[in-house]
Amino acid sequence: MLDKNGIAKRIAKEVKDGMFVNLGIGIPTLVANFIPPGMSVELQSENGILGMGPFPFEGEEDADLINAGKQTVTLLKGSSIFDSAMSFGMIRAQKVDLTILGAMEVSENGDIANWKIPGKMVKGMGGAMDLVASAKNIIVAMQQVNKAGQSKLLPKCDLPLTGINCIKKVVTELGVYDILPEGGFKLIETAPGVTVDDIKKATAGKLVISEHVKEMAI
Amino acid sequence: MINRVVKNAEEALKGVKDNQTIMFGGFGLCGIPENCINQMIKMGTKGITAISNNAGVDDFGLGLLLQTKQIKKMISSYVGENEEFERQMLSGELEVELIPQGTLATRCLAAAYGMPVIYTPAGVGTEVAIGKEVRKFKYNGQEKEYLMEAAFEADFAIVKAWKGDTAGNLIFKSTARNFNPMMAMAGKITVAEVEQLVPAGELDPDQIHTPGIYVHRIFQGSHYEKRIEQRTVRKKN
Repeated sequence: MLDKNGIAKRIAKEVKDGMFVNLGIGIPTLVANFIPPGMSVELQSENGILGMGPFPFEGEEDADLINAGKQTVTLLKGSSIFDSAMSFGMIRAQKVDLTILGAMEVSENGDIANWKIPGKMVKGMGGAMDLVASAKNIIVAMQQVNKAGQSKLLPKCDLPLTGINCIKKVVTELGVYDILPEGGFKLIETAPGVTVDDIKKATAGKLVISEHVKEMAI
Repeated sequence: MINRVVKNAEEALKGVKDNQTIMFGGFGLCGIPENCINQMIKMGTKGITAISNNAGVDDFGLGLLLQTKQIKKMISSYVGENEEFERQMLSGELEVELIPQGTLATRCLAAAYGMPVIYTPAGVGTEVAIGKEVRKFKYNGQEKEYLMEAAFEADFAIVKAWKGDTAGNLIFKSTARNFNPMMAMAGKITVAEVEQLVPAGELDPDQIHTPGIYVHRIFQGSHYEKRIEQRTVRKKN
């Protein structure tokens, strides 16, 4: 079973040289820590940065330079700054190659819910709806089972949707799944120490076991 | 050259009345018009419909105008960091319209560019789409559904820039740019407060982000607090 860093580490293997990548808040942010040095990847932050760098050194924080999570950050060589309309323009025009974001629920047809729990949490969707509606390739980083032991990989989402038919891949503490165009979670990798039986118990939606399912190498 | 300079926030906000729609630039607490927000508290303007990506925090930014119950309705994409906001929303005192961030930005842009509507895929198949026209378009080799969204109409747009000149031209700094340029172009009356106001001619025309034609009133603000919402740092070595 993977911890948060493990999930981030596995997702980092999907990041390829030359990609522009948007990382959501939470586990996705951790992915940046596992991108191999020497690989040219530019991180996009939807409040208006391409080429976002790590947190600043103590005492060097700049109130005018934050990421989409409102954290102080830095800029790397070759970075650029733009306004919010252009930021979502490049997202809509599919210039950003890969989007990695968290989810509360994913359905077997690639729907995602991650912005609202009616009556409980109503913070807003931020840029998530724009990202999932337009991104070429979206990977979800999430916990597969909630605290009550219920699966969050579902036949159909219960929570209000963020986007429909948009998720291509899900990485959880238990495994890696491709979402099939005809519907279903295709298990392609299991996390170390996790069996296919464990995964069957933790998947409420349609599960397809790949013939070539293997243990994750991380 | 047309001179756009006013003395201060008080003069800049002349004509702001109760029950108007007002855009506020900024993302979180970054690039918010601190002087004008304080002035609106002094003025006690009520019934504001605020278009702003966020709602500040409890004791700073638009959170201040929520505390004084001057805001009737918020149109935002994310309002997570504000307890008073949540309380007012759940009790029904405050009307809230949550919309996708890119939709918010582009509805400002539509107003700025004289286009009544835009089509965006954001929110298709979700509760954001309820009651909206949906059309199919082919774009980038793909046919998919888009929602029709209207340009915003704001009585005032209040923005913050880094530098401005007496002709109203604006330059923003770093990610404090965010929603400020689009909102600056989208107000029926646009008010810009700047950290440094310089005589016309001192800014390089090639470096200007927002031309003065969009900016009706400009003044140099003071006492900027520039509060940081999430101070994240790393240790040297």
